[in-house]
Amino acid sequence: MSDTTQEPMIAADGRPLKQSLARALRRQKLRALALIAPLLLFVMVTFIIPILSMLFRSVENQIVSNTLPHTVVALQEWDSAQSELPDEEVFRHLYFDLFKAAEAKEHSRLGTRLNYEKTGLSSVFRTTGRRLDDMGEVFQDPLEDINENFKNGAFWYEMLSGEGGEELLESRRTLWARLTGDSMAGDIGFVPSSQMADMLPWTTRAYTDFAIWTVVEEEDVVAEEDPWEAVYAGLAYDLQSEETRANIASYGGPGAEALKDAVANFDKLPKVDFKAAFAEAKEDWVTTDLWATVQVFSADYTPGYFLNAVDLELTPEGVQAKPENQQIYMQLFMRTLWMALVITGSCIVLGYPVAWLLANLPMRTANTLMILVLLPFWTSLLVRTSAWKVLLQQQGVINDILVWLGFVDDANRLILMNNATGTIIAMTHILLPFMILPLYSVMKTIPPSYLRAAKSLGATNWTAFWRVYFPQSVPGIGAGSILVFILAIGYYITPEIVGGTDGIFISNRIAYHISSSLNWGLAAALGSILLVVVLVLYWAYDKIVGIDNVKLGG
Amino acid sequence: MAADSSNDAFVEFERVQKSYDGETLVVKDLNLTMPKGEFLTMLGPSGSGKTTCLMMLAGFETATHGDIRLGGKSINGIPPHKRGIGMVFQNYALFPHMTIAENLAFPLEVRKMSKAEREEKVKRALDMVEMGDFGGRRPAQLSGGQQQRIALARALVFEPELVLMDEPLGALDKQLREKMQFEITHLAHRLGITTVYVTHDQTEALTMSDRVAVFDDGRIQQLASPDQLYESPENSFVAQFIGENNTLEGVVEQIKGNKCVVKLDDGEVLDAVPVNVSKVGERTRVSIRPERVEYNTDRLDPDAHTLSAEVLEFIYMGDIFRTRLRVAGNEDFVIKTRNAPDQVRLKPGQKIKIGWMAEDCRALDA
Amino acid sequence: MKLISKLMKPIAAATAIASLSGAALADDHMASNMTIVSWGGAYQDSQIKAYAEPYMEMNPGVSVTWDESSAEAVAKLRAMNEAGNITWDLVDVVAADALRLCDEGLAMEVDHDELLAAAPDGTPASDDFGDLIVSDCFIPQIVYSTTVGYRTDLVPEGTAAPSDICALFDLETYPGKRSLEKRPINTMEWALLCDGVAKEDVYDVLATEEGQERALAKLDTIRDEVIWWSAGADTPQLLADGEVFMGSTYNGRLFSAIVEQDQPIGMLWDAQVFDLDGWIIPADLPEERLARVKDFVKFATDTQRLADQAKYISYGPARESSAPLVGKHAELGIDMAPHMPTDPNNAKNTFLYNYEFWADYRDDIDAKFQAWLAQ
Repeated sequence: MSDTTQEPMIAADGRPLKQSLARALRRQKLRALALIAPLLLFVMVTFIIPILSMLFRSVENQIVSNTLPHTVVALQEWDSAQSELPDEEVFRHLYFDLFKAAEAKEHSRLGTRLNYEKTGLSSVFRTTGRRLDDMGEVFQDPLEDINENFKNGAFWYEMLSGEGGEELLESRRTLWARLTGDSMAGDIGFVPSSQMADMLPWTTRAYTDFAIWTVVEEEDVVAEEDPWEAVYAGLAYDLQSEETRANIASYGGPGAEALKDAVANFDKLPKVDFKAAFAEAKEDWVTTDLWATVQVFSADYTPGYFLNAVDLELTPEGVQAKPENQQIYMQLFMRTLWMALVITGSCIVLGYPVAWLLANLPMRTANTLMILVLLPFWTSLLVRTSAWKVLLQQQGVINDILVWLGFVDDANRLILMNNATGTIIAMTHILLPFMILPLYSVMKTIPPSYLRAAKSLGATNWTAFWRVYFPQSVPGIGAGSILVFILAIGYYITPEIVGGTDGIFISNRIAYHISSSLNWGLAAALGSILLVVVLVLYWAYDKIVGIDNVKLGG
Repeated sequence: MAADSSNDAFVEFERVQKSYDGETLVVKDLNLTMPKGEFLTMLGPSGSGKTTCLMMLAGFETATHGDIRLGGKSINGIPPHKRGIGMVFQNYALFPHMTIAENLAFPLEVRKMSKAEREEKVKRALDMVEMGDFGGRRPAQLSGGQQQRIALARALVFEPELVLMDEPLGALDKQLREKMQFEITHLAHRLGITTVYVTHDQTEALTMSDRVAVFDDGRIQQLASPDQLYESPENSFVAQFIGENNTLEGVVEQIKGNKCVVKLDDGEVLDAVPVNVSKVGERTRVSIRPERVEYNTDRLDPDAHTLSAEVLEFIYMGDIFRTRLRVAGNEDFVIKTRNAPDQVRLKPGQKIKIGWMAEDCRALDA
Repeated sequence: MKLISKLMKPIAAATAIASLSGAALADDHMASNMTIVSWGGAYQDSQIKAYAEPYMEMNPGVSVTWDESSAEAVAKLRAMNEAGNITWDLVDVVAADALRLCDEGLAMEVDHDELLAAAPDGTPASDDFGDLIVSDCFIPQIVYSTTVGYRTDLVPEGTAAPSDICALFDLETYPGKRSLEKRPINTMEWALLCDGVAKEDVYDVLATEEGQERALAKLDTIRDEVIWWSAGADTPQLLADGEVFMGSTYNGRLFSAIVEQDQPIGMLWDAQVFDLDGWIIPADLPEERLARVKDFVKFATDTQRLADQAKYISYGPARESSAPLVGKHAELGIDMAPHMPTDPNNAKNTFLYNYEFWADYRDDIDAKFQAWLAQ
């Protein structure tokens, strides 16, 4: 015997038995996988991916660095603790970044995003967006006066196109792609000249941006279009440098004449001061608060939404509690959990006897009763909740009956809705079947002989129930409670309709942020927290009660 | 044996009726008296009312009419938990969420016994069924036979005077069932407990009981000791239900004292004991046990009537031979013969003569 | 996109030829179906009767699919945009949402004079609509107002019916429950106004932390008596059930409760808050669909059509030139002009929803308002 166990067992076909078995099992596994594949795919597409996307959205914050790529880099050096504003370089980058964003209509989205963190930024970005053209025209007009050629789109094209600037073109294209979310691919019929890129870097960059946009988005021909105001601003800034002016003197390529004119009339150009221009457009630009907010939220990923979701905020000084008059989410989370617990409790109390009756009545009567239990499932949730409204309101059916019976004074009618009571009553009713059904299916499997045995052994009805029947029905309570609790925690229609102000759940805020305030990041963070809470509770339940003890049926 | 030792009735059913729907009676006018210490089996096909009777005795069903007395006192109004009757259920009904010891302690606990006393009694009860080491286990960890013993121990642990058993061996395999049959009777007699046992298995009823009450159609058809029941069934249901039985139908031709002559439907004539027939011309079913049929005519009373038969089938069953015959138009006439060295083995197609002692052949109701 | 439109052309042409026989226009470049998004209910019905039915009569080949999603239009358009599949052709939104859609680049910017018909006297559309063009993407349609209704039979005896917005806060003279919208907009303005802030200073005050606290403190004085609503149908229902004594809602809803259903309800025009509702065209529509939408919008926003809508619902047409054409209610036959929020008698003291202010302060004040509600 011991000899044979040393040798590997050989199957009939001569292979080792283990291998044969693995082969046989692998085919079974593949078949099983093929059977569940459609469902798996369905769940992936409709469930897993949206959840992952939600988790991602709750930390994603690339909009800032995508919209203001150069500004954000330039701003890194700035120390928000100092009371000084960022220097001119940051404002210069801001101008060119924002100009592009405004062309692509992305600047107001950034404003909306930053407005979640600091009130007023929405209008700062929107108003500034409208002023950007003016800021550039300040330079465009004098340049066009100095040399007529600057009015001509074809002239600009000829001057700035050339060869060697492919790298610049591609890097600008990447930035566009990040800003707009489109690939911005395609031949644009323009390659910046590397010579000009060296001599007039800002001009060339702005023109390249213009060229890409004009061709890919507007579907026009670059050479036929007049450049953006930002290109003139770029030229004006480039000319500020003495070195550049010297280089132009020795330059002889396309547009040399016009450029030399510009250098000669340099004193006719207004001084380039983007900081002042922005201050004029909107005062907020020259406050450190604004820049501190931009800096704090310039990272690609931010804990900001999650912090908001637990009544904290990310400030230049670090994580801080929100002002007390804006704290709302922790309270809502707590209330949601507490009310879901109360609802689960009332479902147990009301559902247990019904389930017991169902399980112990003769089949025919039980079926009728079961229909009554399931009846709520066949009416729309909205209709049921609205029906509760009619019943619960102060001039409603329940109050009328109580007043008529004399239990309640007409002047002091009970407030049964637009508060937590209303939510609990309506949701208990709506979720009751989810408690009764698992309870029923578990109770159905408890033979009546257990109770009889207990009684024959001398137990009173109560003892027999409590010591023998009840413990065996606990798995049903567990299953029902998990179902009801998890459903309750995510409910929002019913609390919205009958919950008033103190009967609403965290889901109502999530819905608000999804459909009304459009702060999807915060909604995603709140949703993720809710998901984690449910998972933690589930885990805790498994540890304490054991998920094996949960029975949904036989 | 014990049936005669005491004449004062311990369990009594008097004119008990039970109806569930108000239209039909499941138990019709039941009268039954049981002395203390007796092992009585209620036997019958399903739906015959035996389990209902047991449930009424246990208190889980109330009698629609009539009186049930225990120790001379009516228990009609007493709830089950105050009746002090031990009960063993068909599926044992061991509480799955309690250990074996807890299961056994349960009846003691509800009787508010002290812990020490409880432990003592639980231990004794476990020892009694030879399961001393199993106290800490859960019911699901035991085999069917072990669960059965625990159920028995639990029903006995609080020392009831009456124990009811509702088909307790139904779920066991044959071998274990036979072993348990012996253990239960042995224990019941040793402890002197009065036992009411319900089964639909006639072998079980015959081997275990002091007396058997055969139920059919809501009535006790016959209440007698096993041998009486087998040897002298009082009606054709009992004859048919208990053991194997051959039936021939005919008309009573003549009654003379404890003998009668029956003319079968195909014209043959035979002798029988008149049990359920009172007058000439009445239709009757004649019942003969397979092992009482003789085809070796040498062994028969010379006066006895014989019938001609044709062998249809011969089955070798080890200890016995079982032969199926066509007799008086009945093709299911079975005879059993012992496998003795000198025994003749019949062959299909063979024509033989069969006969029997007149006292083994009983003329019953049609 | 180009490829798609190339492919679509023959199809569109084929359908156009099929429907050419009855069509007044040779619309081989226009899609034959439009999905229009609106609010449902009486408002959508008025649009169907005043715009869509006459348009379809003129263009028998055209069909319109209605979607009642205006309340979630911004969120849904954003989601459609992310998914890269815009299924809507024309969306009815309030002006604030139009601003947001425009900000996000989800709505198309339009040249109002080019797209819309001039007034019968030749006034260009931009002048005819005037200030109501609050965004480059917004095509105004109606002016409605949020105002206050009350139960006439529950006014305490010997007291005059309320005529001032501050009756909302006067629990002594007018005891009973109030219903207010569960959001800070309008509510905060009224609170400040009734706390003694001058009308022109309201938004300056509301922009400050102290001003916001002041408004909430004013609301504190009635908070126990307030039922907060979130759907426009709530207040009329609460009033009809006698659940509240007075409450805010849209003037059209009150008109319907008072005039059409004959409920014992009265209304205040004092400090009514004007708001606008109108169309936006989703950005980046394919050519054929865009052409059809433009054609429809031009028709649906002309002077007569806007005036026609007022036959069915008591909202004021957004064109100045439509006002004189407003006639009688289509079924009741009563004059509609006195029920319009823009009627001079009603518009003595009005607010115009401050879009710019609320775009900035909405998140901030809403957080404070919700925290206050939850206290």
